[in-house]
Formats: sequence, structure tokens, C-alpha cells
Amino acid sequence: MRVRILVSFKDSVLDPQGQTVKNALHTMGYDAVKDVRQGKVFEIDLAGATKKEAERLVPEIARRVLANPIIEKFEWDFLKGE
Amino acid sequence: MKFGVVRFPGSNCDFDTVHALRDVLKRKTVILWHKDHDLQGVDCVVLPGGFAYGDYLRAGAIARFSPLMQEVQAFARDGGRVLGICNGFQILLELGLLPGAMLRNKDLKFLCQHVHIRVENERTDFTRALRKGQVLRIPIAHFDGNYYAPPRVLRELERNRQVVFRYCDAEGRLTEAANVNGSMANIAGIRNKDGNVVGLMPHPERASERILGSVDGRAIFESLILSLERSGPARRPAARTRARHDR
Repeated sequence: MRVRILVSFKDSVLDPQGQTVKNALHTMGYDAVKDVRQGKVFEIDLAGATKKEAERLVPEIARRVLANPIIEKFEWDFLKGE
Repeated sequence: MKFGVVRFPGSNCDFDTVHALRDVLKRKTVILWHKDHDLQGVDCVVLPGGFAYGDYLRAGAIARFSPLMQEVQAFARDGGRVLGICNGFQILLELGLLPGAMLRNKDLKFLCQHVHIRVENERTDFTRALRKGQVLRIPIAHFDGNYYAPPRVLRELERNRQVVFRYCDAEGRLTEAANVNGSMANIAGIRNKDGNVVGLMPHPERASERILGSVDGRAIFESLILSLERSGPARRPAARTRARHDR
């Protein structure tokens, strides 16, 4: 079973890379763009884990390694179609 | 006394740091490999600059899981002196030995230049050879040096006088322009509550000889030598030492 984890800055933390992308989009004329937040995506293969085990493991891995809880938040989901 | 400089895959200031400690300050210095479990009886651990594990994931995020870092953590808990320089500072933050986190520099540029920092707390084992308010000229070289801490943590840092260095101009003023990486409260270096762990972004080892354009960084190493040679072995509660020279 595979999961996808999205790590991004907390709303309270400034994201200069997202800001730069937003400014670039504005320069290109995409006035509809209100805000951009940049993050990281991880796809993890949990071969052999049950759904229940995955639900315990993934948040633990995200908190301990993938995200720095001081500045980042994460969300995750199972990858479908497999 | 004996210094130990930790080497990770991707460390690149390890030789400079060893040179400053061994050849300039004339103290016994060993290199500690990150996969080892033995601190070889050192009195002070220095985490040097560089890009441990290529800074993959986040700067310092992987290095903190090295076997030796578990020893360093125990050493620090027992009151051992630990100095983190640049990438070493980032590792200490990821390890949780120091509070806060690093963000990308505010202008998204790698900054490699001399900066001025002001001594905010001269009553630490890492700054006792310096005066309060003294301005040092030391180089920085980093991409992720924009110090961040949640408001509650920042208040606590200030209340406990844990800010050791702040970016300033040549006259010691804390200006926006001098705060090159955008750090909160111009923070360039902090200590833990007990005072035995310090991290800073500037590189004192690159400012330890006249030929390098500045000798201002040397006083940080000299402070450590003063502290450790005067007060004996490092492995004892740091709080006691602090009480002694804070009087």
C-alpha cells in the first residue's frame, strides 16, 4: 500500500519561495492568483502494512522525520488505484 | 583539554575547525566520525559547518540520527559543552538541543560574506573572553540561516538571556539591513537554558588568524578553553558552573 504525504509551512510561517512564485505569476498576468504556498511531497511504499498500521506509522514518520513540527505541517492520504 | 570535531558525510569546515583549535589555539583536537559511538573523552564537542548528508530533506534533519549524535545528546544532557557552527547549529536545532528552526534566507540567496555580530550575553562559557556589546566581524556562509521560533519560545529566549549573538552593523546597532538573512530579533546565535550548548551561524574558525582578515572568532574558542581549563572536566552539571561565574 502506498501513501502520499504533503509537507508545507504552517500558515504562521512566512514562505518566501511561495511568495516569489506568486510574484512571478502576477508579473505574467495571472491576477486571479491570490496566494501560493510551496511544499514537499513524499510517496511512501508501505509494503506489507495493514491499513491500520499505516494509520499509526505515517503520522509518526511525518512528525519525526519528514516535517519539522516547529515550522511545518503535514497531511496525508492513501494512494488510490493500486 | 581536548576538543572533538564531528565529521559527517558532507562536512566541509571540519579541517578548518581542527586547524583553528589544534594549530592556532594549540589544544589537543580529534576528529569524531559520525558513525562511531565513542566521544574519545573529549571535553568539548564541536559540530562544524558544511552540508551534512547534502542538507537533504532539511539542513541537519538526517545528521541528527547519526549514532554519534545520540552520544552527543547524552553528553550535552550531562552538562558537556557543545558548540554548533552553521550546519552544526542547524543540526542542534533539529536535534532539539536548542529551540527554534531555520528557514531559507529572506532573499532566497546563499550568503557568503563578513557580517558583524554583537555579544548579547558575555556570561557564558562560550563568551567569557568577550565584553557585553562587543562587536565581532566574522564571516557567514549559508542558505538556511533565517532563525525562526514561535512567539512563546522567542519570549522565553529573551527572558532567560539565551540570545548570545545578534546581527548588527559595524557600530553595534541592530538594523534591518544588518540582519542579512532575516532572522527573528536579529538572532545569530543562542544557547540552551543550562548554558552548555551554543549554536551560531557565523564561522569563528574562519576568523581566527590575521591572514584571514579577522581574529574576532578566536575569542569564542578562547572562552571555551578558559572555562574548561579553569573549572576541570566537562562532565558535571553545567548549572553549577554557571552559578559560579555568574556571581
